[in-house]
Amino acid sequence: MIRPDAPLLLEIRDLHARVEDQPILKGVNLSVRAGEIHAVMGRNGSGKSTLSKLLAGHPAYSVTGGSVLFRGQDLLALQPEQRARIGVFLGFQYPVEIPGVSNLEFLRVATNARRVERGDEELDTFAFEDLVRERLKLVQMDPAFLERSVNEGFSGGEKKRNEILQMALLEPLVAILDETDSGLDIDALRIVAGGVCQLAGPDNATLLITHYQRLLDLITPDYVHVMAAGRILRTGGKELAVELERSGYDWVDQEVA
Amino acid sequence: MPALALPKTAAWLAELAGEPLPGRRQEDWRFTDLAPLQAVAAELWSGPDPFSQCSLPGGISRIAPAQAQLLLDQGLQATGSSTAWPVRLNRGASPHFLALRVSGSVEPLQLTFDAAAGQGLLALQLLLVLEPGASLELLLHHGSRAANATSLVTVAQLGQGAKLNLGVLAPGDARASLLSHLAISQAPASELQLTTAVGGWALSRFEPRICQSEGAALTRLRALQLVAGQELADTHSQVQFNGPDGQLDQLHKVVADGAGRSVFNGAVRVPRSAQRTNAAQLSRSLLLSDRARVDTKPELEIVADDVKCAHGATVSRLQQNELFYLQSRGIAVDQASRLLLRGYCDEVLRELPAAAASAHPLQLLLRERP
Repeated sequence: MIRPDAPLLLEIRDLHARVEDQPILKGVNLSVRAGEIHAVMGRNGSGKSTLSKLLAGHPAYSVTGGSVLFRGQDLLALQPEQRARIGVFLGFQYPVEIPGVSNLEFLRVATNARRVERGDEELDTFAFEDLVRERLKLVQMDPAFLERSVNEGFSGGEKKRNEILQMALLEPLVAILDETDSGLDIDALRIVAGGVCQLAGPDNATLLITHYQRLLDLITPDYVHVMAAGRILRTGGKELAVELERSGYDWVDQEVA
Repeated sequence: MPALALPKTAAWLAELAGEPLPGRRQEDWRFTDLAPLQAVAAELWSGPDPFSQCSLPGGISRIAPAQAQLLLDQGLQATGSSTAWPVRLNRGASPHFLALRVSGSVEPLQLTFDAAAGQGLLALQLLLVLEPGASLELLLHHGSRAANATSLVTVAQLGQGAKLNLGVLAPGDARASLLSHLAISQAPASELQLTTAVGGWALSRFEPRICQSEGAALTRLRALQLVAGQELADTHSQVQFNGPDGQLDQLHKVVADGAGRSVFNGAVRVPRSAQRTNAAQLSRSLLLSDRARVDTKPELEIVADDVKCAHGATVSRLQQNELFYLQSRGIAVDQASRLLLRGYCDEVLRELPAAAASAHPLQLLLRERP
């Protein structure tokens, strides 16, 4: 939902970044207001995954120029955990398996870290179980997954549902979903997309990083951005995704060249 | 601060064992400095007999001393344990002795050996004879609060089809030593689960020696050893298959912090008679400090040709991708590290006998406040 007067949540200005000695982002500009859904599309290596991890504070990327403001605050100055607590969420393309750490315990510690930041009371084990069971319904997840180690032995679809469950518990202001659609069959995709749609509201924003239009058939974006060579090359509405699906990325290559 | 060896103690220990202390030139003791053992007072621990208070559930009876001694000797010989230095020391130190026969399936048992604030050397011997088909879950709980030493020799004989679930929970003291030798013989179709969790001792040495006397038995070993400060933890395990169709599943985990040192030597012996043995050994070490040191060595002697013997060893730090994942959910680095560490340890600790839970092994071994 586009509302020109909605508060600006995320403001990326001329962002440059590198991994080791390799420049990846070469001047990204993007503004995200509350209520908006943005899709960032592009080929492998265009920089879209780098952008998402960098916003979450992944230590492998170093910023070499530009700025990122989150509700006016310098996001890049914050540790990854501080970014999460103030409402930035990254849905991982490859959620990490953590043997021996109970999923339920992990979800509770994470949820409480965010609650404390928002000035809410921490939830004890019982209150949290009530909350998590209610949110499980959103992604149609079996409560048995709470008893297992974080993502350990989960299928691709189960891992992605677990990501959306975390999003449902943390209630971020900006959710960045990095190829959440990859590796999902059509049923799992519907469930995951359904969860994202239910969580999207007038006060938060969603950034979908994706290759394919099929996710955008289920979640209608307000803006579609095409990334190439570390920059956003073009911005449009949903029709841009349709055009990409039809004509491919060849025109992008020509423009970059 | 490193323990200061008392000259009188070294001589006294050598006299008890009937031979000098093992030195660093002996392969089995290459990495193991016995200085903390020599820092205890040259006297026997004088507290009450830890076995005298022990009440036994139905199905467990005491074995008469003369027969018990005979069975103990047989058990030690079967695993080649008689000449091991810790066993010799133990025998010379007038150990308290408990010999038990187990018939049928019995209630879980727990034995506590707490050297507490006592002085000198506490020596203990435990003999377990499991009749065919018998089943026992036993937790041995060690402890110490001073510069003392505990020497335990455990001999177990598992009859045909018997099941022993033996747990050792040993949170120690940074001035204390623990020497534990286990000699376990398994008849066919018997099942042994041995779970040891040890941490916080100036010096600990575990020597589990298991012999599948005719093969066709199941041996499952789970171990966690933690070192920090100047501590040293050493496990020398040995599994011998004397017949076909035996199985071994061994996991040895280490957490090394501070200037701690961990030693693991895992011997697996598969002679020609032990065809179709299926053995797997995995050693995983977590290094939390630049000054900590881990020495890990699998030692596989395989003569039989139709066998599966897998082994692996990893030494690593906390996984950066796991840390980042937790951080990206709002969990601070120190709390995330603690979660990962607890998860790492829990893989072994959750296999301890159920009685261990009330002692909160994670908090005990990680030295967390409850």
